[in-house]
Amino acid sequence: MSTAPTPPAAASRAGMKKELPERFKSYKHVWVFIEYEHGEIHPVSLELLGEGRKLADKLGVELIGAVLGGNRAAMQDAVVEAWEYGADLVYVVADPTLEHYRNDPYTRVMTDLVNNYKPEIILLGATVLGRDLAGAVATTLLTGLTADCTELAIDDEGSLAATRPTFGGSLLCTIHTLNFRPQMATVRPRVMAMPGRTKGRQGRVIEHAANLQEFDIITKVLRFLPDRNSNKVQLAYADIVVAGGLGLRSPENLQLVRALAEVLGGEWGGSRPLVQKGWMEAERQIGQTGKTIRPKIYIAAGISGAIQHRVGVEGADTIIAINTDKNAPIFDFAHFGVVTNAIEFLPALTTAFRKRLSVNRLAS
Amino acid sequence: MHIVVCIKQVPDSAQIRVHPVTNTIMRQGVPTIINPYDLFALEEALRLRDWLGGEVTVLTMGPPMAEESLRKALGIGADRGVLLTDRFFAGSDTLATSYALAQAVRKIGETWGIPEIVFTGKQTIDGDTAQVGPGIARRLALQQLTYVAAVQEVDLENKTITVLRRAEGGVQELKTAIPALITMLEGTNEVRRGTIADVLRGARAELVVWNAQTAGITDVSNCGLRGSPTVVKRVFAPKPRATKAVQIEVGDRDMGTIAEDVIARLYAVQPALEAALLRTAAAY
Ligand SMILES: Cc1cc2nc3c(=O)[nH]c(=O)nc-3n(C[C@H](O)[C@H](O)[C@H](O)COP(=O)(O)OP(=O)(O)OC[C@H]3O[C@@H](n4cnc5c(N)ncnc54)[C@H](O)[C@@H]3O)c2cc1C
Ligand SMILES: Nc1ncnc2c1ncn2[C@@H]1O[C@H](COP(=O)(O)O)[C@@H](O)[C@H]1O
Repeated sequence: MSTAPTPPAAASRAGMKKELPERFKSYKHVWVFIEYEHGEIHPVSLELLGEGRKLADKLGVELIGAVLGGNRAAMQDAVVEAWEYGADLVYVVADPTLEHYRNDPYTRVMTDLVNNYKPEIILLGATVLGRDLAGAVATTLLTGLTADCTELAIDDEGSLAATRPTFGGSLLCTIHTLNFRPQMATVRPRVMAMPGRTKGRQGRVIEHAANLQEFDIITKVLRFLPDRNSNKVQLAYADIVVAGGLGLRSPENLQLVRALAEVLGGEWGGSRPLVQKGWMEAERQIGQTGKTIRPKIYIAAGISGAIQHRVGVEGADTIIAINTDKNAPIFDFAHFGVVTNAIEFLPALTTAFRKRLSVNRLAS
Repeated sequence: MHIVVCIKQVPDSAQIRVHPVTNTIMRQGVPTIINPYDLFALEEALRLRDWLGGEVTVLTMGPPMAEESLRKALGIGADRGVLLTDRFFAGSDTLATSYALAQAVRKIGETWGIPEIVFTGKQTIDGDTAQVGPGIARRLALQQLTYVAAVQEVDLENKTITVLRRAEGGVQELKTAIPALITMLEGTNEVRRGTIADVLRGARAELVVWNAQTAGITDVSNCGLRGSPTVVKRVFAPKPRATKAVQIEVGDRDMGTIAEDVIARLYAVQPALEAALLRTAAAY
């Protein structure tokens, strides 16, 4: 009954044979929906090209990007970028109706592309845009869609095995799309590593006509109000992140986290209870229902390390945890631990960093 | 005006326990709640009704015990509760769920008047996909407005609606035609407490209970496991990291010394770090 994947479902259908209906057998190649807005590709699309490349190589097929936008000339940079990040071919759909993202025209174009060129796999970023689009496209095509995957692989039978957290992150499950094509999946930003860029790598491009008329599209964008502080909170892409949890005991002590982040030129955030208590804005929440981060250094102060927090930070290169409880779960996955009072230790760490940085700056 | 709000009863997942050996969910005794995100949708629907007049119907698909969540919603102020329950729905993924719910919304429309707005929450805390809302919108050919932060205007005469929608990097002001489907962003309103009269009414009210057939679903092959293109092949616990954290000695050393120690360890594992910090960190 639940829409959550449940173990009983696994038991009763996991062994089912996957004889793909004849009409789907021609579905081939791995696609990445290239999220392109305001003249830029969302980094999650590049991360997906990296992941899609691996899937395509395993299957021995092509990696293909699909990019939609309003102005063809302006989109050329995006096409080149997609090639350089691994796409063999890019489908470009340029039409004035696609200038700003709207569900209806984007859904129509994507379903049209799929029906024309028949991909076996489509990956989209689990962003606000990607989730809005993926759900509509999958329902229109009546195919399977797995949200917020943390791992993608090709199984022995050549189908997509999409792994995602389930039951509030306490378990993982691997989901397959049986008997339908394409197999669709979304992945949140920063869950996959950013692939390298091969400058000068070239691919092919196919222009596809949108066949849309503005009068035919019911939803109108009256205004777009850019976030005032959108350049400020860049948690997901920060190299250094300092975060606080309930162990900080009062909202004032978040200042200690901010001060350290500032000295390191990094970003700051926190665990979910801090948002629920109104200590900080939701934009700064780290974890399964907040931001996934992948910094070089993650410093967690007074955070217990619940599974929902853990899944959002595990991609960090080095995790340093400060916690008064030596048995806190965060020490199970942190690289370095300091069993002490974070309220006293954070200022000391800030001072020590500041000292070292200024001494060495003078020396150089 | 008629508004339908889709709510789901979910386990209060903070309290979910996983059996350490079998890796299965231990559901016994886990309390259930209305999916917290759905409450923002319900509140927004109630506000619109209070403002423009009309009725709010809450719809849930689930086991018979999901009627509790409907009673709670009535207790908050909804006018009517519809429970969609049938063994045919068991094992539905989001595609099958959106099919059943869309059919039920259609039937609700035939019975009590076509809804101008269908609300869902942003996502559930158990399924957590944010797919069911768009799924219902597509199946009913409704305009799809996801991540709505505020409903600014409803013009019943010209049949239009204007909303603010959270988009990537900013907020879109969108105007579209009703009927529309809105998935409501969390934290955008303050969910009311029902009046005593509402709570009493909620406890006593006759709920509308439909199975697949009475909801007008003739083709049950679109429902439940059979109607779900996705299947769960494996459920497993996350791999524990092989090694635990290296503990930095604390003892009775002063904080400054421990901090120096932490920095030294950090520079040792990330040799390029110091140079990078000197380039990018704030100058002091
Ligand atoms: C569906 C769902 C989604 C969720 N999503 C997220 C999410 O995205 N992100 C998230 O973070 N959480 C999420 N949670 C919540 C998560 O389960 C935990 O409740 C939460 O992460 C705990 O936050 P915390 O570590 O700050 O607080 P606590 O668990 O209360 O831990 C506080 C820690 O601080 C330590 N401490 C106390 N005093 C000090 C001190 N003076 N100095 C140092 N240490 C001290 C304590 O030993 C303890 O380990 C989610 C939960 C659910 C059910
Ligand atoms: N079984 C259900 N009954 C009623 N509404 C549901 C059900 N499942 C999902 N929904 C609605 O769809 C939204 C998104 O759910 P999900 O796609 O599971 O994240 C929820 O917030 C609910 O409003």
